[in-house]
Amino acid sequence: MWGGRKLGLSGGWFLSVLGPGGRSTQAARPLISSAVYAKNQLSWTLQVKPEVFNEYRTMWFKSCRITFSYLNRIKNFRYPWVKLYSTSQTTVDSGEVKTFVALAHKWWDEQGVYGPLHSMNDLRVPFIRDHLLKTIPNHQPGKPLSGMKILDVGCGGGLLTEPLGRLGASVIGIDPVDENIKTARCHKSFDPVLDKRIEYRVCSLEEIVEETAETFDAVVASEVVEHVIDIETFLQCCCQVLKPGGSLFITTINKTQLSYALGIVFSEQIAGIVPKGTHTWEKFVSPETLESILESNGLSVQTVVGMLYNPFSGYWHWTENTSLNYVAHAVKSRVQEHPMSAEFVLKRETEELQATACTNPAVHEELKK
Amino acid sequence: RGQGPPLSSFAPPPARFAFRLACSLRYDIHFHDKKILLLEAGPKKVLEKLSETYSNRVSSISPGSATLLSSFGAWDHICNMRYRAFRRMQVWDACSEALIMFDKDNLDDMGYIVENDVIMHALTKQLEAVSDRVTVLYRSKAIRYTWPCPFPMADCSPWVHITLGDGSTFQTKLLIGADGHNSGVRQAAGIQNVSWNYDQSAVVATLHLSEATENNVAWQRFLPSGPIALLPLSDTLSSLVWSTSHEHAAELVSMDEEQFVDAVNSAFWSDADHTDFIDTAGAMLQYAVGLLKPTKVSARQLPPSVARVDAKSRVLFPLGLGHAAEYVRPRVALIGDAAHRVHPLAGQGVNMGFGDISSLAHHLSTAAFNGKDLGSMSHLTGYETDRQRHNTALLAATDLLKRLYSTSAAPLVLLRTWGLQATNAASPLKEQIMAFASK
Repeated sequence: MWGGRKLGLSGGWFLSVLGPGGRSTQAARPLISSAVYAKNQLSWTLQVKPEVFNEYRTMWFKSCRITFSYLNRIKNFRYPWVKLYSTSQTTVDSGEVKTFVALAHKWWDEQGVYGPLHSMNDLRVPFIRDHLLKTIPNHQPGKPLSGMKILDVGCGGGLLTEPLGRLGASVIGIDPVDENIKTARCHKSFDPVLDKRIEYRVCSLEEIVEETAETFDAVVASEVVEHVIDIETFLQCCCQVLKPGGSLFITTINKTQLSYALGIVFSEQIAGIVPKGTHTWEKFVSPETLESILESNGLSVQTVVGMLYNPFSGYWHWTENTSLNYVAHAVKSRVQEHPMSAEFVLKRETEELQATACTNPAVHEELKK
Repeated sequence: RGQGPPLSSFAPPPARFAFRLACSLRYDIHFHDKKILLLEAGPKKVLEKLSETYSNRVSSISPGSATLLSSFGAWDHICNMRYRAFRRMQVWDACSEALIMFDKDNLDDMGYIVENDVIMHALTKQLEAVSDRVTVLYRSKAIRYTWPCPFPMADCSPWVHITLGDGSTFQTKLLIGADGHNSGVRQAAGIQNVSWNYDQSAVVATLHLSEATENNVAWQRFLPSGPIALLPLSDTLSSLVWSTSHEHAAELVSMDEEQFVDAVNSAFWSDADHTDFIDTAGAMLQYAVGLLKPTKVSARQLPPSVARVDAKSRVLFPLGLGHAAEYVRPRVALIGDAAHRVHPLAGQGVNMGFGDISSLAHHLSTAAFNGKDLGSMSHLTGYETDRQRHNTALLAATDLLKRLYSTSAAPLVLLRTWGLQATNAASPLKEQIMAFASK
């Protein structure tokens, strides 16, 4: 798509600088190439996507500005370098961490920067609650989710963790940003009931996969997958910590032209609903991509519903259209394929061993013992 | 103290909205593990046996409010004690023949007249039945409130702290002020209150009728000095609410019984304020209406005559209008008279309070089921918008009616005569009014 191509071009530019035939042209490149490059970019944009950008000229100019600023950011963060040379297993993006550190103390201001996330609770908490209640035969009035263990990945300041705790669940909230967890811990400390039900940890999902394998009834990754580096690994880890039959809830933003126009340009650049630099369009995930990754990990997607934010009223609404924000509910299959295939292999091996043992009486004796 | 009950309410003398709200919430399934504390300034009222004499403070309960009361079982207690249902209401002018008759065709009750003491007793009984999660502290008065800080900080509590007169402190997630029109909670929170005093006082009394009748009609006549209303209590008893100037009210309370009874009867029956001009104009419109809609013609009926008044039942209290600019603040909500105060001419004061309770209980219940912090503004503003829309309209209409009927100047009398006659003729409009008032 447009963004991907941009990355490809910029990556190509870097590689061409490094490449063997680069020396002679390098001197000429810095002066002319940017202009040429930019011109190509612009003309390419005009040719291929006229129906979108011809109508919105201001957005078009702004998008060019974004292109340049994005290129600068690529150079600063050395993103393609990290991708080429990284050996760590983490899905945490250090650039994202920096953005969130600056806003750590603003989590609980309902009229502040995180206001839209607060009002999103009106949609996501009932969604999670209702889907989880279907799995509980009798629930206690007042504490409908009691007895459930939930993991909130990327909990931030605990905006979603606290309502789930109030509904009776035992929740563990994890976030790689230390300041976020500090804010979350401070906020829950005033309420003695929540203090007991919620636990916060500063870590990434990969770090706790080993110790918490198959312990959670539900995993919630709300507004997280658009901030991680490697979504396949992330979702695989989510699956590993889920009990068989457990639920995974993901809310994220779709990767469409509309989500670029409204989610990045309008929300961040123009209206300032979301702080600048919070989202990068390349990391947005479409429901189809998400579904395919989830299916390949043994999770079956039950529901995908769109959400729409009205910036004038400050409220979210459910919608059929998933081209902006959406929520997905997936369930881990109860029957595990891998353990079965391991058993199968083991069975075959013992059969083979027995077959060979029959021909060799000494081994047969050994086996009998 | 350390545990911090989540909700606190204050209850004023007459209406006891806090008790009703506490009952309503306690019976809500989503409030199962929440703790409610009620701080009541007065002493605990224990009604061993219902007194023979009727109390002079009564309320007109709409069917909607009766439904709310029955939702937590208080209505059954009221039914076991005493109440009076009325089926019709006649409202007419002293300066003309114009009248409006509210009548439910399907023989449903339009409303119920219940003594305030009876309501209070029913609520106390119901609360005692659920005392495990609702704590009532009688004779308690708050002397200081500490409001929460806007952002959570390490040393600043995000909850409301209340200090009582005896030194004990409580912390709560949501403070509900139901402490009457001089609300201490409202003043302490610094919420602006639009208010003015009508130069009127209301005189209440319990009256004995000359003869026993079916007595299921509520009567109200607009005199230039103020409306006088007769509300049925039993076959032989009715309750009087007469709003008039301060001087006249003082006179009425101090004059001897016979004079008082005569004053009441003549207020309802005398046509001294009629003028020929208005009578003719009214008759003209009536004729025109009769041509357009030759269906039922409601003739003016006269209320039953009064024989005597209960001794010591004459009391007066001043009237005014009040409306809080905001019903909610972070972790604070106002209900009932603390939020709005209205003239009794429409009999809507208590019902507006019930509406507040119903709306707030609904919003809090949904919030609790969504795991929200109960003091969060997001659902409190929902309650505020809901109720302000309804209450402001009613308050404005009541004030307008009061001003319109406070004069005997011919143009206004003509306007209101024709207006009343036209409204009486327009059944859909009447039905709308009845539906709005009975919510």
